[in-house]
Amino acid sequence: MNLDIRWPIGLLFAVFGMLIFTYGVLGDPQPSVGLNVDVIWGAVLGAFGAVMLRLARNAVARQ
Amino acid sequence: MIRLAFIDWALLGIYFAFVLGIGWWLKRDIRTSDDFFLSGRRIPAWVAGLAFMSANLGAQEVIGMAASGAKYGMATSHFYWVGAIPAMVFLAVFMMPFYYGSKARSVPEYLRLRFDEKTRGFNAISFAVMTVMSSGISMYAMGLLLNLLLGWDFNLSMWICAGIVLLYILLGGLTSAIYNEVLQFFLIVFGFAPLVLLGLRDIGGWDGLQTGLVRVATDQGFAPGVWSHSWQFMGATTENPMGVEWFGLAMGLGFVLSFGYWCTDFLIVQRAMAAESMQAARRAPLVATVPKMLFPFLVIVPGMIAIAMVHSGHSPISLPSKADGSTNFDLVIPMMLGHYFPNGLLGLGLTALIASFMSGMAGNVTAFNTVWTNDIYSPYIRPNANDAHLLWMGRAATVVGVLLSLAAAYLAASFNNIMDVLQLVFAFINAPLFATFLLGMFWHRANGHGAFTGLVAGTACAALHHGLTLPAHAVAGVKGGWIALHHVYPSEMAQNFWTAIFAFGGCLTVTVLVSLMTAAPDRHGLRGLVYSETPHAADETGSHLGLTATLGLLALCGAIILNWIFW
Repeated sequence: MNLDIRWPIGLLFAVFGMLIFTYGVLGDPQPSVGLNVDVIWGAVLGAFGAVMLRLARNAVARQ
Repeated sequence: MIRLAFIDWALLGIYFAFVLGIGWWLKRDIRTSDDFFLSGRRIPAWVAGLAFMSANLGAQEVIGMAASGAKYGMATSHFYWVGAIPAMVFLAVFMMPFYYGSKARSVPEYLRLRFDEKTRGFNAISFAVMTVMSSGISMYAMGLLLNLLLGWDFNLSMWICAGIVLLYILLGGLTSAIYNEVLQFFLIVFGFAPLVLLGLRDIGGWDGLQTGLVRVATDQGFAPGVWSHSWQFMGATTENPMGVEWFGLAMGLGFVLSFGYWCTDFLIVQRAMAAESMQAARRAPLVATVPKMLFPFLVIVPGMIAIAMVHSGHSPISLPSKADGSTNFDLVIPMMLGHYFPNGLLGLGLTALIASFMSGMAGNVTAFNTVWTNDIYSPYIRPNANDAHLLWMGRAATVVGVLLSLAAAYLAASFNNIMDVLQLVFAFINAPLFATFLLGMFWHRANGHGAFTGLVAGTACAALHHGLTLPAHAVAGVKGGWIALHHVYPSEMAQNFWTAIFAFGGCLTVTVLVSLMTAAPDRHGLRGLVYSETPHAADETGSHLGLTATLGLLALCGAIILNWIFW
């Protein structure tokens, strides 16, 4: 396969994470059960995306 | 109705762009028909495993399981810890060596190698019809949901999603479908996990949920713990809302339906067949057991939270009624998404939902184009076609498959409980199938005539049983009893389980009898296809048998522990 699937997964979640996080900070979304979940979950998504991108890069480095 | 903000639209748009981008990127990998239909057998184990798991994780599954969580509570976990894990382990340890080792491109092709042309034809044609139907039901459900939830036009949303699926399969074939399934898997996990976390936080944690579920049970006249336990109330059909007892559950769901589905359904098995090696192919279902074991917490628990809230009297969410006045449990997930997710997260949840609808359709279409080209067109219509022509045919079949799915979607309008209808179809076609594979792989004496008559007899048994029985409070017709009424089951689920048991029994008996009455197959031709005729130590399977079996055993232990915890 000329495309390691971790690239698109990592990229999508990094982009989603950043957008949702930024919206949580600037967009003043309605709190859910008292939490600004966009900020929290945006960070989680971004972190997962970063891990995937890192794994994909490591795989390239190993080759 | 839910209001989307610009951010939600942006997330959905980005997802669509990614899906098409993946297809476009994979295009250069597609040179032969093997690349298109089987990803050139180059998929790593973990990717094949996650695709294996998410090929089954269509939106019907997610929405239907949450609905069942509300209707039946923790007992819904039987569809995972009883109705999936053992069969997945069996496939990995015992059956995959024959599927992968035979170099068949599809499950029907294995049937031709092992039995004969007519057995393959029967399976291929029924499977092709079934995939198109499932894909249509999925599309229909999506169109309806998006219309109800967001006010989107039913036709437009269905055609746009179908168009995107069509494009990415045309470009990247099975690899496109598999990659998008894996992407969808992570979207579902990350899209629904906050739903569970926020719901639990709102209801007062796990303890708050249990307290709420006591009320759900007693309100409906059951013992207090029914919604929180999986096995404790399976002693009699009257004790639990599923209306099933442990034997019908263990035999019907745990053995016949589950093994029939997980071990023989080409849509799923195709993911493992595309793996890069025998070891990876056997590892794929085992990789899949890990998320499969944990998914009840993601898809069933939201339904349980919702129903507990509704019965508490001061619920922040409400479940709408269907036309006949009964509660529409299929809206549990959408209603909770709308309530708990602010804009932003809402876009993620919606993308996950649409992604699972689309990948459900893509899974069916890729299985359909393979079976059509490999098992119907190539043997019966154009036997001497070259590879380039088959690749072209695969693409043409993709277009036709999507169009047929859309046609089926418009037909599906008269069914309402998606899960029950799918179970019924599986019972008729898949339940007898496992008997055929079990005998085919482990009894060298089984032959083509036996297998074919057995399959026909098994399907007939299923139809006959369905035609003679009816679930309680149902009217004769599509629910059963269309021949005469001989027995009434306490629930539709119980009837489905027993239909499967009869189909399996009928197929097993007839296959054995007819095989014994007709000529034995040539034993030399069965090498690599039947357990007793295949050398185990010499080939690559031998050296890994120990590890595969150990991992399988670990998965089984996991399932047993989960059953024990929620007993």
